[in-house]
Amino acid sequence: MTAVDVTAVAKSYGTTTVLSDITQTFGEGTFTSLLGPSGSGKTTLLRIVAGFVKPDAGVVRIGERDVTDVPVWSRNIGMVFQSYALFPHMSVAQNVGFGLGRRGIRGAKAKAEVERALEMVRLPGYGDRYPRQLSGGQQQRVALARAIVIRPDVLLLDEPLSALDRRLRQEMQVELLRIQRESGLTTIFVTHDQEEALTLSDSVAILDRGRIVQVGRPAEVYERPKTRFAAEFLGDANFLTGTVRGGAVEIADSMIATEGPLPVEGSQATIAVRPEKIAIDGAEAMPAAPDEPTNRLRAKVLSVIYSGTSLTYLLRSGELSLKVFAQNSLGRPLDSGTDVVLSWAPRHSVVLAD
Amino acid sequence: MPAEAGAAGAPATTRFRPPPWLATAALLLPSYAWLTLAVLLPLGTMFAFSFLEATPLGNRPVEWTLRHYRAFHDQPYLLGVAWTSLSIGLWTTAICAVVGFATALALVRATAGRSRETLLILLLLPFWTNGLVRVFSWTMVIRGGGFLDVAARSVWPDAPSLGFLYTQPAIVLGLVHGYLPYMVLTCYIALLAIDDAVIEAAMSLGARWPTILFRILVPLAMPGLVTGAILIFVPVIGAFMEPRILGGRVGVTMGTVIEDQFTQAFNWPLGSALAFTMLAVVLGVFATFSGVLRRTAQA
Repeated sequence: MTAVDVTAVAKSYGTTTVLSDITQTFGEGTFTSLLGPSGSGKTTLLRIVAGFVKPDAGVVRIGERDVTDVPVWSRNIGMVFQSYALFPHMSVAQNVGFGLGRRGIRGAKAKAEVERALEMVRLPGYGDRYPRQLSGGQQQRVALARAIVIRPDVLLLDEPLSALDRRLRQEMQVELLRIQRESGLTTIFVTHDQEEALTLSDSVAILDRGRIVQVGRPAEVYERPKTRFAAEFLGDANFLTGTVRGGAVEIADSMIATEGPLPVEGSQATIAVRPEKIAIDGAEAMPAAPDEPTNRLRAKVLSVIYSGTSLTYLLRSGELSLKVFAQNSLGRPLDSGTDVVLSWAPRHSVVLAD
Repeated sequence: MPAEAGAAGAPATTRFRPPPWLATAALLLPSYAWLTLAVLLPLGTMFAFSFLEATPLGNRPVEWTLRHYRAFHDQPYLLGVAWTSLSIGLWTTAICAVVGFATALALVRATAGRSRETLLILLLLPFWTNGLVRVFSWTMVIRGGGFLDVAARSVWPDAPSLGFLYTQPAIVLGLVHGYLPYMVLTCYIALLAIDDAVIEAAMSLGARWPTILFRILVPLAMPGLVTGAILIFVPVIGAFMEPRILGGRVGVTMGTVIEDQFTQAFNWPLGSALAFTMLAVVLGVFATFSGVLRRTAQA
């Protein structure tokens, strides 16, 4: 159990900058997701921590030890790969015991450790099988057992669940979280699946073009995105751009109230509103807001996407296109062409930095 | 096949349908006809020759005998010749395995794209040169006072002659040069199939290069090594050109003895009997070890 510190790390291949000036602490025993689109540098960052990639600049520290120039094999890391990367010519027990052998642990002691690790991933008694005799999910568990049996300082997961089908993936998410909690390992998890990142992590770091644009607890990052990219990549968002006037933002003839500081009077501001935060009402029923000041916007329904439990409305308000998620509680979606009023609380209007 | 038979037996089918075996036979006919023409016919003829008393030329009467299969018993010097062939075969295969595997590994791990393709083609060049030219060029290099000696003496004027023409190592050198591409190719294909992540996983678990090489790469590339070894060992123990040119007086191998029977002594029956004895031994060896080979190939 050790913290991982990355300080001012940069990496470029030729003229392409992959990572620029990354500084981040992965706290002891925490589960951190690196989330970003492909090409955002999340995998490179993980591989720098693992030691497969040498950074051009910066320092990587695992615990107290500066490992920037330490080769992979002496870093004491546990890594799980997207392709599982089990040794196909070795049995499950030999696979799991491989790292123990490299640390001089052999014989009865190694056997007991292997058994314990296989129990932890719920595959006891599978030691004599070969990887090709296992299903994808089972192979993934073996890969996990192989990585944790050596008691690594840090557990690195490189999109380990993306090769599994949806149901199995959800099952493995639960397992992964249980194993991480039980072992207390500092874990860095690379994913492009935002739901996975929100479900599993203590902390989510969103990467865009080689920079960490926002880090925080999942709820914090989701509810208060700092940039347009963060709001767009993590979940869905409506973006409203207008002019700051008298402590509010003027958008399509409506004054939209926000929480938090606004740019100077008269300048442009963009706010993000999550589609599920917006309530949708008929145009004639303008509900009075007794206590809370509510943002209101007139709009027209363009189309409805019906998906059983929920409805997605696509609407237009002047020049603005909007999206609203609604529960299908009435069982009667609004028709396209209906005039409606959208309303949401000021604290759900998040002012973006760009 | 069962589906085919079921359809043919269905009551609604009144139209004539050929029995399934006919289609199978028709499809297999071309390849078997070719096999018969190219392999079974000439081999069968030679096999029949091996039981003849003498080469059937002129007006000699045709007499049958098993005498030639006793050659190893009647002429014990052949055992020594067989041992020479075997030792040349083992050395050549072993050197090809080590050098070929290392070359293939370097190609797969250290190069990519265009440069890899170019290097691979350069490695296959010996394949495309005439065998005779290839072998004779070595005599220029390794004879006493040849290019090797010239090169050595340019560094150290009093160097003793390094020439080793007309020795067994000279034969092995010529054979390695000619047959190495087989091993490079089979190992290259086997190594290319290994996922990079498997090697990275081993590194992350604390393995250094020697461990990765002997615990991961060699076992996983074993099918390629075994295939390459078979492709090299079998023709090498029958080779006659390299032993003759590079071996001189010591270059008496099963290959040259058999060739002598056909071209010099004109004793075709003995030549073919010796060839079939060798074939039987090789097949016997592979039959014995096929279980082991299959297991390593599967792992």
